[in-house]
Amino acid sequence: MSVEAYHLAVLQVVVPLLSAPFVVLLRPRGLAWAAASAASAMAFAIAVSLTAGVLSGDEYRYAVGGWAAPYGIEIRVDALTSLLLLVVTGASLVALLAGRRSLDVDIDDARQPLFYGAWMLALAGLAGIVVSADAFNIFVFMEVSSLASYILIAAGPNRRALPATFKYLVMGTIGATFYLIGVGLIYMMTGTLNLADMAQRVHEVADQRPVLAAAGFIIVGLALKAAVFPLHAWLPNAYTYAPHAVTVFLAACATKVQIYVLLRFDFLVFQGNLPGHEFQFSHFLMPLALLAILLASGVAMMERNLKRLLAYSSVAQIGYIMLGVSLLSATGLSAGIIHIFNHALAKGALFLAVACLGMHIQGLRLGDLAGAAKRMPWTMAAFVIAGLSLIGIPGTAGFVSKWLLISAALAEGSLGIAVVAVVLIGSLMAVVYVWRVVEAAYFQSPQAGSPEGRHEAPPMLLVVTWAAVLGNVYFGLAPGLPIKLSQAAAASLLQHLP
Amino acid sequence: MSPEAAILAAILLPAAGTLGILLAGRFSANLREAVTLTTSVLLAANVLSLLPDVLAGARPAVHIATLVPGIDIAFEVEPLGMLFAIIASGLWIVNSLYSIGYMRGNNEKHQTRFYAFFALAIVAAIGVAFAANLFTLYLFYEALTLSTYPLVTHKGDENSVRSARVYLGLLLLTSIGLFLPAVIWTYGVAGTGDFTDGGILAGHIAGPAVGLLLGLYAFGIGKAAIMPVHRWLPAAMVAPTPVSALLHAVAVVKAGVFSILKVIFYVFGVDFLAATPSADWLLYAAAFTILAASLVALRQQNLKRLLAYSTCSQLSYVVLAAALFKPLAEVGAVLHIAAHAFAKITLFFAAGAIYTASKKTEVHQLRGIGRRMPWTMAAFTIGALSMIGVPPTGGFISKWYLLAGAYEADNYVAMATVVLSTALNAGYFLPIIVLAWFAREEAAPGSVGAAAASGVKKDHGEAPFPAVLALTITAALTIAFFFFHQPALQLASEISMGLP
Repeated sequence: MSVEAYHLAVLQVVVPLLSAPFVVLLRPRGLAWAAASAASAMAFAIAVSLTAGVLSGDEYRYAVGGWAAPYGIEIRVDALTSLLLLVVTGASLVALLAGRRSLDVDIDDARQPLFYGAWMLALAGLAGIVVSADAFNIFVFMEVSSLASYILIAAGPNRRALPATFKYLVMGTIGATFYLIGVGLIYMMTGTLNLADMAQRVHEVADQRPVLAAAGFIIVGLALKAAVFPLHAWLPNAYTYAPHAVTVFLAACATKVQIYVLLRFDFLVFQGNLPGHEFQFSHFLMPLALLAILLASGVAMMERNLKRLLAYSSVAQIGYIMLGVSLLSATGLSAGIIHIFNHALAKGALFLAVACLGMHIQGLRLGDLAGAAKRMPWTMAAFVIAGLSLIGIPGTAGFVSKWLLISAALAEGSLGIAVVAVVLIGSLMAVVYVWRVVEAAYFQSPQAGSPEGRHEAPPMLLVVTWAAVLGNVYFGLAPGLPIKLSQAAAASLLQHLP
Repeated sequence: MSPEAAILAAILLPAAGTLGILLAGRFSANLREAVTLTTSVLLAANVLSLLPDVLAGARPAVHIATLVPGIDIAFEVEPLGMLFAIIASGLWIVNSLYSIGYMRGNNEKHQTRFYAFFALAIVAAIGVAFAANLFTLYLFYEALTLSTYPLVTHKGDENSVRSARVYLGLLLLTSIGLFLPAVIWTYGVAGTGDFTDGGILAGHIAGPAVGLLLGLYAFGIGKAAIMPVHRWLPAAMVAPTPVSALLHAVAVVKAGVFSILKVIFYVFGVDFLAATPSADWLLYAAAFTILAASLVALRQQNLKRLLAYSTCSQLSYVVLAAALFKPLAEVGAVLHIAAHAFAKITLFFAAGAIYTASKKTEVHQLRGIGRRMPWTMAAFTIGALSMIGVPPTGGFISKWYLLAGAYEADNYVAMATVVLSTALNAGYFLPIIVLAWFAREEAAPGSVGAAAASGVKKDHGEAPFPAVLALTITAALTIAFFFFHQPALQLASEISMGLP
């Protein structure tokens, strides 16, 4: 590996982090957006080249400041990391490119530099969580990304964005605190913060009870941040009242990054050392995942606000990820991990279509969508295809994860059949809630007084939306890359199991 | 053209046709219809070009992509798929002709959308026909559901939206809820989903699980309309008649029974199922559907709904024949796909022609209509006779083989079902024929005003010429199939000989 390639791992965080103060200084209209987009594009390019490196067999380990682990801060990139990096940087780039006009509407000119600065911090924080191999450093980046995303959500045009943000802030802080308590307990017992080092040392500890308590705190704290049912209460309003572009960004990656930390921590540190912990993990999360799929889908079926409908669908989809992971098999884990990628594609595309709709339709309740297909045919066509991916129709990315998830569940015997039943019922519920939107847009006649004729979204927004939609189709027909990464990730997570 | 190129062209031609229709629709309706007709003729010629090779025993195949090792998108033409593709593509030509007359005669809106989605549905049907493995079959099966949804809901009024919801809901419910787990289960136990002579499951699964898996397939393939998953079929009748004719009498429903036959022949294997007692229930489910659907049809007043229930019952003939697990019966199953296709499309064409000319939709309104529309009603009569199984129509041939198979299997349930349902078929088709030809037209005083209010035209002749031409062609095909069914028989026996 060349010296430049060696530094790529840390640049993934440094580029957005350093661009944040720079972006804030750019006063002329549009310049802050351009700089943030450029930084995002650079971050995405770094993620792509890291992924290429990982695929060709490299593993990136970077000692920050030249201080070797376990004393210094270590940065690591492997298959799971690179998959998440692609999702995080890709979501940021897509949301920024698409969202310019939409954000112009939501945020007044004077505050735009500050807003884009916060965006860069959120990106740096999320990327930082993913690359860090150090428990405390993860916490630091978690706080950076959380504080920045509170700002992003509070920028929503509706005043209800503020209570939504406050709820998210309270819950997010509780989650982060729980995580910190857990890390503190482990540090107390082992004297190390580096995850790999921790994994080595936990079993040397004579009294395992504090470690078990730490596992409880960390799992619950991260589950809260990842909106694992029933700790999802902050998510629907936060997604609903954030500016549309912010929803695209956060819905695609924010909760998944927390799931990533949960996987890393639990599989690497706890399951190898606490006897029987993998069953505690699985028996705790699987019922929650099943409930999430059924109940959140049920709520989405009743919901009338389009963005909140999709937000509840996200809670259900997080259920699918946790379900695959809690099967504890290589296929189950890779099914869960690939759904991180595929759901980001589908939900990102859906929220992009929502952003398009939001340019011309106020309110975004299902009733407001009446006749939207006539006014915005391209947008609604994109929504339909992305919706099919969310349902898991063959030929779309969503189908690949459903296929892998069902295959993994069927290998589990009689329990598996119940799991399959829930997955299929969840898919059918998705048909219902997606189709309610489709019927509203295609078959209800527009309300009296609404403007006639075509009013498509701005071209840039529409092009990016369609790029995301075609991504769903591409990765539905040629899922080689995410499958390879998720299988490698599952294998490396499971190698720590006895 | 090499057979491999012909397979690809069969998929790409109607896809290109879809784009062509969308483009041409911006300029002129005539140009758009020319695109549809040209595409359908090219497609049929292209599909037919594969026939000699397949009859000679070749199985041309194309591999498109590998999703995950073991799961591929691939096409392979085997005799059964060949037959289905010929029927679907051949009747598409006739149906396009008919559509022109029907859509223009009724001043339907959104005609460009109609023709475009129609071509798209044909892409999916051909994909189903040529699928080389379960995954590809499932892919195109779902595509067929989705591409026909806009056709069912074509009118866009509340009634059609509600019916289309039943259509989409039930078909997706069964395909996602039952068919998909069956496919994944098969890949899981057999390690492959490739259609192979003699099946892939023997030795991998045994006992009651076989019956369960067969059940997941039989009911998961909701397009085959085995009761109780038949409800989408009457619901689909809100679509314009050309859709009912080609899609809900030929392409979609035949894709259903075709998929069931594929699964029985190439996934389970006939011998394996014949040796497994837990698979016997399928015969009784099919027999029940045949009789129950016929009884329901007996009570229908709406002509299209009557035809829909008749379709439902006739589809289960195919399943019944297949579920006998005897070579002769399998030949009957394959032949019945073709025989029923010709006859039922004729009946739907006639129903649509009657609607176009007179706006009549109910059976009791048809008194004496034979004198006003002799060509249409003659074709209707031929189609109905074929449904009953009277020679010289195609329906007789397939029923012959079906009964021969039932006799071979000594299965009295199957024989009794066929005999009884023949009587029932006669019971609901003959009164219509008698009514149309021999009853006097209603001319009661006061009914004129009521008729005018309901939009029924009193004074009318035949439907537009393209529609009449189309239904005459399909009626002629129904009779021709009685005399010239050799190629179909040869294809069918290729399959049966392929059995070990």
